[in-house]
Amino acid sequence: MMTYETVIGLEVHVQLNTQTKAFCSCKAEFGQPANTQTCPVCLGLPGTLPVLNKQYLSYAACVALALDCKVASLIKFDRKNYFYPDLPKNYQISQYDKPLAANGFILIKTPEIPQKKIRILRVHMEEDAGKLIHTANSSLVDYNRAGVPLLEIVSEPDLNSAEEAYEYLKQIKSILEYLEVSDCDMEKGSLRCDANISLRPKGQTKLGTKTELKNMNSFKGVRNALNHEIIRQEKLLKEGKTIAQETRLWDESKQKTSTMRTKEEAHDYRYFPEPDLVPFIIDEQTINSIKAALPELPYAKMPRLIRQYGLSEYDAGVISSDKHLALYFETAAKNYPNPKAICNWLTGDILNYLNSNNIELEELTKILAPENLISMLQLIDNNTISGKIAKEILSEMLATGENANEIVKKKNLSQISDSALLEKIIAEVINEQTKVVEEVKSGKDKALMFLVGQVMKKTKGKANPQIVNSFIKEKLKIN
Amino acid sequence: MEITAFTASQLLELLSNKKISPKELLSAYLKHIENINRKTNIFIHIDPEELIKTSKNIDTEKTLLKGLPIAIKDNICVKNQLTTCGSHILKGFKPPYNATVIDKLQQQGAIIMGKVNMDEFAFGSSCESSYYGPTRNPWNTECAPGGSSGGSAAAVAAGIAPWSLGSDTGGSIRQPASLCGVAGLKPTYGRISRYGLIAFASSLDQIGPLTRDVRDSALLMNIISGYDSKDSTSANMPVPNYLNCLNQDIKGIKIAIPREYFISGTDEDVKAGVLKAIDVLKKLGAQLEEISLPHTEYAVAAYYIIAPSEASSNLARFDGVQYGLRETARTSDAENPLIEMYSKTRANGFGIEAKRRIILGTYALSSGYYDAYYLKALKVRTKIAEDFKTAFKKFDCILTPTSPTGAFKLGEKLNDPLAMYLSDIFTISANLAGIPALSVPCGFTKENLPVGLQLMARPFEEETLLKIAYAYEQSTEWHKKMPEL
Repeated sequence: MMTYETVIGLEVHVQLNTQTKAFCSCKAEFGQPANTQTCPVCLGLPGTLPVLNKQYLSYAACVALALDCKVASLIKFDRKNYFYPDLPKNYQISQYDKPLAANGFILIKTPEIPQKKIRILRVHMEEDAGKLIHTANSSLVDYNRAGVPLLEIVSEPDLNSAEEAYEYLKQIKSILEYLEVSDCDMEKGSLRCDANISLRPKGQTKLGTKTELKNMNSFKGVRNALNHEIIRQEKLLKEGKTIAQETRLWDESKQKTSTMRTKEEAHDYRYFPEPDLVPFIIDEQTINSIKAALPELPYAKMPRLIRQYGLSEYDAGVISSDKHLALYFETAAKNYPNPKAICNWLTGDILNYLNSNNIELEELTKILAPENLISMLQLIDNNTISGKIAKEILSEMLATGENANEIVKKKNLSQISDSALLEKIIAEVINEQTKVVEEVKSGKDKALMFLVGQVMKKTKGKANPQIVNSFIKEKLKIN
Repeated sequence: MEITAFTASQLLELLSNKKISPKELLSAYLKHIENINRKTNIFIHIDPEELIKTSKNIDTEKTLLKGLPIAIKDNICVKNQLTTCGSHILKGFKPPYNATVIDKLQQQGAIIMGKVNMDEFAFGSSCESSYYGPTRNPWNTECAPGGSSGGSAAAVAAGIAPWSLGSDTGGSIRQPASLCGVAGLKPTYGRISRYGLIAFASSLDQIGPLTRDVRDSALLMNIISGYDSKDSTSANMPVPNYLNCLNQDIKGIKIAIPREYFISGTDEDVKAGVLKAIDVLKKLGAQLEEISLPHTEYAVAAYYIIAPSEASSNLARFDGVQYGLRETARTSDAENPLIEMYSKTRANGFGIEAKRRIILGTYALSSGYYDAYYLKALKVRTKIAEDFKTAFKKFDCILTPTSPTGAFKLGEKLNDPLAMYLSDIFTISANLAGIPALSVPCGFTKENLPVGLQLMARPFEEETLLKIAYAYEQSTEWHKKMPEL
């Protein structure tokens, strides 16, 4: 039976969150009323000319450098010509033969593969188009998005599964978020991904015929579309049929792809140098200063977290994958001696809460300030509350924003420290459970645990299990 | 003397001395326009009532131009005024912004008279391809004024505007200046902002003055030149006072005469005019010498690849979506109403020459042809620029005829695009090289049609052109002649 190898290359489009558009001074904010963020330049009115936004260039260079690319010294733009009503000039200012940067890489890992290098072929700058809004019998154009700065990141065909593609996207997103240059929101369209995919018999070096997949609206969508396409292509190949080189659209609701256009219908974009923007040289000094100002990126942060805080590789991976999470962790760790405890609460209960309530990590500090988490941890440390009660308190803190001490006071959740009361309850339990007491005396640990459990039940969890344990032992005179 | 026969500088003096008010001057022009425009079709968009209102509110104290009127080529945007590039496709288009040159003129108290005719999108050398009909040459209304800035040249020649702005992509200022007997300057690429100039070929286009004499050109250059942050291709370099160079001596100045510009096919009267001009310059102390610019013969071919290629892309935006003409698709039976709207709008909106150039450019940029055409043309462009660079190591200026012939009959070349294209054979190279070039009147043909002399100089050395042309003009009377209309 022939087995096939999957080959995937991804083209990621990222909207950069510069203050103004790529070639004019319009704001580039998302979600504004239609056509309120436009001017003669981004509307492409006759006679107007583009002027490059310097922040755009420096953001773009930041990303390129973070992806370990070589940034070109000559910055040159080209025109990509095609007719579409969302494209005001009927050409897009882009970069063709001289991209901003090339030859980079990122590292990914999946459950199957510990570490893999995915090469970045090129990173180039281009302006976004507007947006069509179709009504029953007409189509409208919103040009707010026209001229918003985009960065296209093209990978080499180094990805061999949908899972790898998914990890690659997560890694790219994480880097972009660290750089604070994009919202990276696929639903808003600030991050878009097209995938080129082909199959070839295992061992063959020549690439098979590829299809291009478009219209995926989430990372999971990309993964599903790729998995679907792998099965479709494999079936065709096994039947001895050929793959048609074409662009296919992913239908999220039907969970399948269908033909959008064939190779014959492909556009001839008639690229040529954009004569309205003069090519210019960026000197090495500028590049070096951008490079020096880059923040610590996830792949550098992870080993440091292991080194500095003694986290496990897994924990360090989770914490460093998100900039906000990492910042939260390090802020808390500064004022609390047990980083591992912070990490456990963060990656456990807190992440669970955020995920199940669809809350962005960015919001975490607002609903649970790091010092609040620390004061809860301190309540555990000084035996005011048990770990179990702490879980309850934490979810209350996350839901209401109240601090731990208030909740403990309000709900009377502090552990019973009155030993007379505790002794009274223990005596009650011993009287009630004569049979179990006999078992304890004969040395059954499990039976002892049962008694402790009974005391905890009567105190509604407010007793310290260790103290209860030693009190019972003392009472029954066992060691 | 009729007030309309004055130069801009003379009128400015009258305005300065309060011998005439802006309103009186404008009214005189409006009257003259009414009379002349019927015979010549020079102004295509003008609003006399609005102009009179404007003329009453001119600050004559603090401005340089004090209410002096100016005619504007129809491809330069004037805020809230029709700007149509002589094309049906820009029907009703009123830009919500001024071109930078218009801002500069208005800040200095100029009155923007209105829009003068041009070849559609500046595609042509006769001003006949305009949707608004041909403009006629004031020297002989059976003849074309040249183009594409035919309206700008004819307006000055006919005296219905003291001066005007044109644009020059391959000779569109100089050739009509030559055919209408006025001065016309195409500045160095980047000297003047292109912001608001509706692009034909962005890497070649440049706005420039058409004036009755050389002094007026220098004066207008002072107003419109300079860096503009809205145009990345404008040069961030200081602008001299161009009036200061006019009276400088040209003794010893080195002028080259390229033999490739004295070819067969050039009209004998044109040759004679230019040879006489050479004699005048020699007498003024200039040193003239024959040279070769070996790549000259490839200029027209390279130009007709580069210019249409850029044009095909620049004109893509005229699609009926946002502004200008929109033809509607018969949605009921249209397979693709969008494509139908596009095709009908562009089929009806563009004239034949615009279509020809769009198709030419689209073809040249197509994959598989790009290297053979566009890239090759860029290499030729570099060679031509190198020819000039070499020549300018030794010479200050290059002298040639502006056009191989005087004004030709309307319709004569309309159906022969190649013959029309050759009309720019002497002017195209300056655009490809980005250097400044100027045309001044240097005689008349037997048919009493003007002949022009072209001077070219190093980049940003417009002063060299102005001082040589001014010295020449001071020794001749050609610029003082006016057509009888």
